[in-house]
Amino acid sequence: MNPAQQSKIGAWIAFILGALYFIVPLIGTFEFSLRLKRDEYSFEAYRVVLTDPNFLSSFGYSTLMALITIVIGVVLVVPTAYWIQLRLPKLRPLVEFITLLPLVMPAIIIVFGYLRLYNSSSWIPLTANARSTDLLLAFSYVTLALPYMYRAVETGMRAIDVRTLTEAGEILGAGMPTILMKVIFPNVRVAILSGAFLTFAIVIGEFTMASLLNRPAFGPYLQLIGANRAYEPSALAIIAFLVTWACMGLINVVGSAKQTKRA
Amino acid sequence: MTVTVDTTPPLPAEPGPIPEPFPAARKGFGIGEKAWAWIGVAPFFIFALMFLLIPTVYLVIGAFQDADGNFTLQNLGDLFTPNILAAYWISIKVSVASALLGALIGFFLAYAVVMGGLPAWLRPTLMTFSGVASNFAGLPLAFAFLATLGRTGLVTVLLREVFGFNLYSTGFNLLSFWGLTLTYLYFQIPLMVLIVTPALDGLKKEWREASEILGASTRQYWRMVALPILFPSVLGATLLLFANSFGAIATAYALTGSSLNIVTILLYAQIRGDVLHNQNLGYALALGMILITGLSNGTYIWLRARAERWMR
Repeated sequence: MNPAQQSKIGAWIAFILGALYFIVPLIGTFEFSLRLKRDEYSFEAYRVVLTDPNFLSSFGYSTLMALITIVIGVVLVVPTAYWIQLRLPKLRPLVEFITLLPLVMPAIIIVFGYLRLYNSSSWIPLTANARSTDLLLAFSYVTLALPYMYRAVETGMRAIDVRTLTEAGEILGAGMPTILMKVIFPNVRVAILSGAFLTFAIVIGEFTMASLLNRPAFGPYLQLIGANRAYEPSALAIIAFLVTWACMGLINVVGSAKQTKRA
Repeated sequence: MTVTVDTTPPLPAEPGPIPEPFPAARKGFGIGEKAWAWIGVAPFFIFALMFLLIPTVYLVIGAFQDADGNFTLQNLGDLFTPNILAAYWISIKVSVASALLGALIGFFLAYAVVMGGLPAWLRPTLMTFSGVASNFAGLPLAFAFLATLGRTGLVTVLLREVFGFNLYSTGFNLLSFWGLTLTYLYFQIPLMVLIVTPALDGLKKEWREASEILGASTRQYWRMVALPILFPSVLGATLLLFANSFGAIATAYALTGSSLNIVTILLYAQIRGDVLHNQNLGYALALGMILITGLSNGTYIWLRARAERWMR
């Protein structure tokens, strides 16, 4: 057997072992989620979960939070990436450093800082009422999404000729806001969508921040069910996995749609 | 092997003065372009200050204050109690183990699909799955492993009924150091695959050909050419994996409740109910975490800058 064949067999073994490690827990979870009725496999656990009003309300709350996070994130990141690319390249290392910070800083540290800085007896008492706490939660999610959102938009921005597009807009008499809204945004739409789906996947089941800010999000609901029920958590895990899968699938779909359009 | 094409448009040699072929058009702005640019990036910096930097700095300041706001080093000294040190220590152990194993296994998986001669369709499959699995963390991951390797989980039951092998009599417990590490690997390995695949793609074919022409064996090529080039990105990725599991909380919380005393769970309990009976000691606990992840990620950023020199 020659070395090339040997390494090919090694590669297959590595791949199969990896596949087993990743697929077996999914099968195990699915099997477990069907066990709610004593003598037969059934989708009873899914029925219980999906008809639980707390499931619907917490999932709805987190979905809304994810959408708000995406909007704030886009408004924050797109103009920044644009100006860095076009006029302020010297700030690029600083902006990149800031966008990487949330990977450095554990989420629990960030939210702990909020609780100290924005508590109800502070100068900016954001946690004093529910609506402003929601806003604070959305901001905390923006920080979590920042590394992914910025990278996605920045890559999209590099792939188009920002300078020429801007000059073309200027020659046609457009002001800066018009250029951003009508020229730059549509051209980085795919990048924004990728960032948005990734953000959704991160935010939907987030636990630490929602729990410490005491908001009725999906993450704390998962924790509650996990601590009190036997089979429903598995059903929820399968649902969460499907949601994550859908987000990643949509990223691939919008990405490849762009390629076929170009070709 | 696929060759990556650098799609980055070549930057103009010098940012220099912006050419002004159409001065008339520029007048329409009213205010200068630089001013627009600064206004444009201002919200980002204000946001970063208010919701990322100042809250953290404020925690750090709290670590150096006593209950009345006077400067003290007492809180930092109080970190060196057996309970708190043990929490840091088990967090570091789990993070190091899951980072090293994740990096090693992730590297070989990426290697297997990039250059292992496997069918081409496996690569996009692995990449998509890695994207999903690296984000499949937190509570659902804990539920999945409890359903699989918990006391009544599928694998535990199958091993017992079919093979007569009682996993839990070997001392294995999902609510333990190895149990947590095994669970964390579920998102660590895919993250490594995602980070290291571009680096493997960056290995130019010519380097291998050149070393073969010069008479190098495969082993020599890896030891003297490929690994030194990959080293900064692999080590950097490992450090990122370390920080990734060091800051994780939800999975461990759902798996072990508070029975495994890792530092994030201790901090969580402190924030909820002041279990250390000293607010400022809580800030010091946070400072310790910032120092540990900061150190590992500072090294990562530095190594990345070095690694990118080879990518050109």
